[in-house]
Amino acid sequence: MGEKNKKIVKTIKVNADECNGCRACEVICSAFHAEPKYSSNNPARSRIRVVRDPLRDIYVPVYAGEYAPAECMGRDKYVIDGKEYEECAFCRASCPSRDIFKEPDSGLPLKCDMCEGEDEPLCVKWCITDALTYEEREEEVEEQPEQDDLEMGLDALTNKYGMDKIIETLARMSEAKQG
Amino acid sequence: MRYAETGYNLEIDLSRGNIERVETDPKETELYLGGLGTNAKLLWDRVPPEVEPFSPDNLLIFSAGLLCGTPATGCNRTIVTTISPQTELMAFSMMGGFWAPELKHAGYDKVVLRGKSPDLVYIWINNDKVEIRDASHLKGKGAIETAQLIQEELKEPRAQVAAIGLAGENRVYFASIEQGRSSASRQGLGAVMGDKGVKAIAVRGTRDINVAQPDEYMELCNEVLEYIKWRNENPIPGVMPILAGLGSPQEMKVHDEKWHTENFMWGNSRVRRKGFWNQEIAKEWMDTMESLRTRLISCYNCPMRCGATITPPGAPTYMMKCFSKLTYTMAAFSDLEFGLGIAQSATEYGVDGFSAPQVMAFGLELLENGILTDDDFPGMPEDNEGRFYWLLERIVRREGIGDVLANGTYWAAREIGNGAEEYAHNNIKKHEQLPLKLSMLNPIYFLMYCTGEKINITQIEGQFPQMPYPKREHREAFVKDWFQVPDEKFKQYFLDWEPRGENSIPYYPTPEMCCDIVDWQERMHYIDDALGMCAGLSSFPLKPPYHIHNYPKFISAGAGIDMDEDLLTQAIRRYRTLVRANNIRRGMRRKDERPPEDHWKKRFPELEQKLLDTYYQFKGWNKDGIPTQESLHDLGLDYVYEEFEKRGVYSDNGPDHGESSSDATSAGKEKEG
Repeated sequence: MGEKNKKIVKTIKVNADECNGCRACEVICSAFHAEPKYSSNNPARSRIRVVRDPLRDIYVPVYAGEYAPAECMGRDKYVIDGKEYEECAFCRASCPSRDIFKEPDSGLPLKCDMCEGEDEPLCVKWCITDALTYEEREEEVEEQPEQDDLEMGLDALTNKYGMDKIIETLARMSEAKQG
Repeated sequence: MRYAETGYNLEIDLSRGNIERVETDPKETELYLGGLGTNAKLLWDRVPPEVEPFSPDNLLIFSAGLLCGTPATGCNRTIVTTISPQTELMAFSMMGGFWAPELKHAGYDKVVLRGKSPDLVYIWINNDKVEIRDASHLKGKGAIETAQLIQEELKEPRAQVAAIGLAGENRVYFASIEQGRSSASRQGLGAVMGDKGVKAIAVRGTRDINVAQPDEYMELCNEVLEYIKWRNENPIPGVMPILAGLGSPQEMKVHDEKWHTENFMWGNSRVRRKGFWNQEIAKEWMDTMESLRTRLISCYNCPMRCGATITPPGAPTYMMKCFSKLTYTMAAFSDLEFGLGIAQSATEYGVDGFSAPQVMAFGLELLENGILTDDDFPGMPEDNEGRFYWLLERIVRREGIGDVLANGTYWAAREIGNGAEEYAHNNIKKHEQLPLKLSMLNPIYFLMYCTGEKINITQIEGQFPQMPYPKREHREAFVKDWFQVPDEKFKQYFLDWEPRGENSIPYYPTPEMCCDIVDWQERMHYIDDALGMCAGLSSFPLKPPYHIHNYPKFISAGAGIDMDEDLLTQAIRRYRTLVRANNIRRGMRRKDERPPEDHWKKRFPELEQKLLDTYYQFKGWNKDGIPTQESLHDLGLDYVYEEFEKRGVYSDNGPDHGESSSDATSAGKEKEG
């Protein structure tokens, strides 16, 4: 059994109904992450993007999440209240299927860091229409002893080949190296 | 490295299909800032007065403001400049939306169009790649429809598209350019775009915009945003709802239209309906707005919700803004549902929401008064609303009487003759004005109406309350936190301004005070139009977040140009004078600077002349409104003086725009040309 630990969960609440589509969030995000800070801005580099289609009343602020080296096997498309959203509209991944959440010149993936060091993410601060609000809450989590990468890999191999085979192979490899 | 601006213009010769990326001179930015300022300079340098609006030599300039696309809240306006087919003067109309920041991110400050394309084309600017593309399949399409079709065919939903509708293609003198949730509507810019054979300009950019002093700039931006929040929570008491808050204004949000419907005129700017607004209408109109409005929306990087997506029954969704909410309704003596409905068609066709309804009401007035006859309106429906839809169709297609009306009330009246001129009664410099008819001459507004070269009062007024507050204690409360004033004396002007008695209009504020007030109002608008700032956060409302004290800091920290209040004021005077110089060179003189004759019932000819004399002198213009040699020299505009001398401007009273027959001929020629 792991120990009970307290953890701060940072949440940006996106109220798409309040979004006015102005993209101030994109402006300030890209300015904050510029080098040096605030020296430039460019929504194409922003870690939040507003998926926006005013005539169909579509406004979805989406945050950059994990980098995905490959795109999903299929894509998803949502229809909510009769409005069809563009493919993968709600997905946070920086992925080969689309050009958002990547540096425009290098293609390197971008990921929201909640504006580390600031009181609240700046997109929230700059969204005075309150489409974006920020919440922090404490959560008790059961801390599992973390498996490291090597152990995870070995675990997978053991499951596949059996423990004996793995030990045998490791011993042979080690002899070969020393010899 | 250039800051805030990109330092490059796109020069496109439509006749030859040639595209060039041209580096601009940073010295010009220092002298004329950008946006309107540098547009005025380009027009001065390259469009001599012989150039007709529909000549290939006329330029059509789309310019981002100097600070557009930087994080400064609300700085998103495109300033479009050309020679107007309607006024034959320098036209500059602004649009908000999303286009100017996108152009900056693509790497350009301006797109300068010259020549004429033989076939209908659109321009696609995608960072370094710029193409002139065939638009024959977009001929006749609506402006919004065009934007959607272009985004689809380019597979680029993030492209921002400025487009004309049928009215622009057919060179209607009050055709607009539509974009995002905004439009550049006044003075027929869309007609010039149509004449050049350009259906749309689509732009997409993914480059950085840099600022010179990042930390200082961000601090200024944060202060502005904090103030906006405070101002939203603290509306100004004692004024009509739209003036209490910020915004351009936030007309789609406001339901209480008592002030507009009872103080503005209905029909062809004729009828004042006191007592119109009652509970029943308030409820009906609120229900209409709530049922047709999907969402309140904004322009780029701005929290003000001045626009809305509107879906009239059985019609596609469009984006509505500002006072067009009421112009069609009031011109037709109808209700809000009619107004919001016909505005959908008008937006797709791309016509100015001020001029178009007035032109239609004017046409119907001529019919009622027997100057036009039923034969001029073959097939027009009987019902009032149906007539407006029918007329709109004729105008944008230039069919029958629509072809005459498409030139606006001034030119149409001259062509129709037979006393029609009397009905084109609401123009300044040939351009339709807001439908306002008032009683007592207001000296501040008199000067703005006469001398404002935007020729559109909402783009000239602001800052100073429109009327005195009834009690001194209210005025004292108002001036308490009025830090936006350029000088303390403005507070005193307002404190002493009484609704009645010695210190009331028309003799108070005195001509000297009026000069100060009008100059301040104008100065703020001219800064906005050079920087690309929305008037709704700066020059138009009372107590705005941007003002003469923080603007120099924004320019210094943003563009890296050393600026203080004096230098900024001098720069504004310079390009403001250059706007006037362009118009003076085209023949504009004192005799053109007058309000509509019936704007005020009580007029004071002697006082009015004194007001103009005093203001001209204050501005450094001679008695005829021409900038003097001395004032031009002070502003570093000796080249203007030389040109004036060469052309004999000082001894010439300008072409006679009175009732002479030669002018009527030129109106006819204009139509065919």
